[in-house]
Amino acid sequence: MVDFTLWDIVRNLLLAARWTVVLSLIAFVGGGLVGLLLLIARIARLPGAERFVAGYVQVFQGTPLLMQLFLAYFGIGLFGINVSPWVSVTLALTLYTSAFLTEIWRGCVAAIPKGQWEAAQSLAMNFGEQLQHVIFPQALRIAIPPTVGFLVQVIKGTALASVVGFVELTRAGNMISNVTYAPFTVFACVALMYFVLCYPISLYAKFLERKTR
Amino acid sequence: MNVSTSTEPQAPIVQITALRKSYGTNEVLKGIDLKVARGEVIAIIGKSGSGKSTLLRCINGLEVFQEGALTVDGKPLLYDSPMAMRELRQHVGMIFQSFNLFPHLSVGRNIMLAPTLVKKTDKVDAAEHARKLLLRVGLAEKFDAMPDQLSGGQQQRVAIARALAMEPAVLLCDEITSALDPELVGEVLRVVESLANEGMTLLMVTHEMNFARKVADRVIFMHQGRVHEMGPPEVLFGNPQTPELQQFLSSLKD
Repeated sequence: MVDFTLWDIVRNLLLAARWTVVLSLIAFVGGGLVGLLLLIARIARLPGAERFVAGYVQVFQGTPLLMQLFLAYFGIGLFGINVSPWVSVTLALTLYTSAFLTEIWRGCVAAIPKGQWEAAQSLAMNFGEQLQHVIFPQALRIAIPPTVGFLVQVIKGTALASVVGFVELTRAGNMISNVTYAPFTVFACVALMYFVLCYPISLYAKFLERKTR
Repeated sequence: MNVSTSTEPQAPIVQITALRKSYGTNEVLKGIDLKVARGEVIAIIGKSGSGKSTLLRCINGLEVFQEGALTVDGKPLLYDSPMAMRELRQHVGMIFQSFNLFPHLSVGRNIMLAPTLVKKTDKVDAAEHARKLLLRVGLAEKFDAMPDQLSGGQQQRVAIARALAMEPAVLLCDEITSALDPELVGEVLRVVESLANEGMTLLMVTHEMNFARKVADRVIFMHQGRVHEMGPPEVLFGNPQTPELQQFLSSLKD
């Protein structure tokens, strides 16, 4: 029987926490970019965009992330295409995050009074200028709290990536507790690490909110 | 159509021909014909729902009309061409009832934004122009203020300066004093009057009949989506021809 010190536990959890960070970044960047593109397509009233994005949002908000990860990994494999866990996780997290973000941001843009669009239009600004200089700066301020609230959820949601073989924080905690027989210590450490990841983001959001007021 | 039309002194700056607009099955403008000469000041009056604001908003393309034609400075309104709309809107300024200043930008940057983006004016020149315009509307010291630090009357005067910064040929005023406290109406109307005296072409939807009588060259009474009566203010107010206008004017008195 090997003895595990607290440092052994923490060290191994920290190594696994790197994957949680990487997976979260993938979700933030991929989901943010795709979410923004979908948002612009929608408010620009591109033909068919409204219905497509509404359907997209329904599908990815209405199904569990776990299923999306499964399908992205094993489902694509059924068509004879061999996807690496990286590709499937990137795909699933991007789809999932973008569906939520685009819907959150659409509400923020809709909250900007119509008169702001009309003033910008009557000053001869084109659509891009209206968005960049008038609408988005105002929408951004109201978007910060719900966006951060959701991103913190995503950080915790990355735990589900363990189903396709990622040993991230939660999965590592499981494995370590199985060999140390100290589940309370291990999972207390796991919870602490999630908190350490999430709390600065909430703090930063508060700071941003104050700065943009 | 071409440059020569706009250089003739007789050519109307705004020409509206047989304009019809409906929301679904509800027709709100039922064939409007209107020619506005350069430098003319036109007041549009009428009950709410008579289509006066809609007509004004058609002139810079904020509302889409279904039939008829509209030209500003000889250039036709083409909804499908963003380039043509951008060109037209540079000739038409608009001031709104609710001011619609950009709340996240300072007063100075509100005024500078469109010239620097659309006309590619240099930042330094745009700032200098903005300060001149603020001086003109009596707010020289408010360049760095934020809109929410200003009174309604001050905000509306900034909105006027912002519209003027694009050097429009026509200025549309959509009930610009309706959202103001009574004691703030005068300061805004004085600015508008000075613009009229300087030869700006103005089309204003207004409930300020005394102001219309004093400043307008021509008053248009709209009723049920049509130009019901039109003429110089002394005739229209002094000797209204139609029972609708008589009723409208008498309803204002009590």
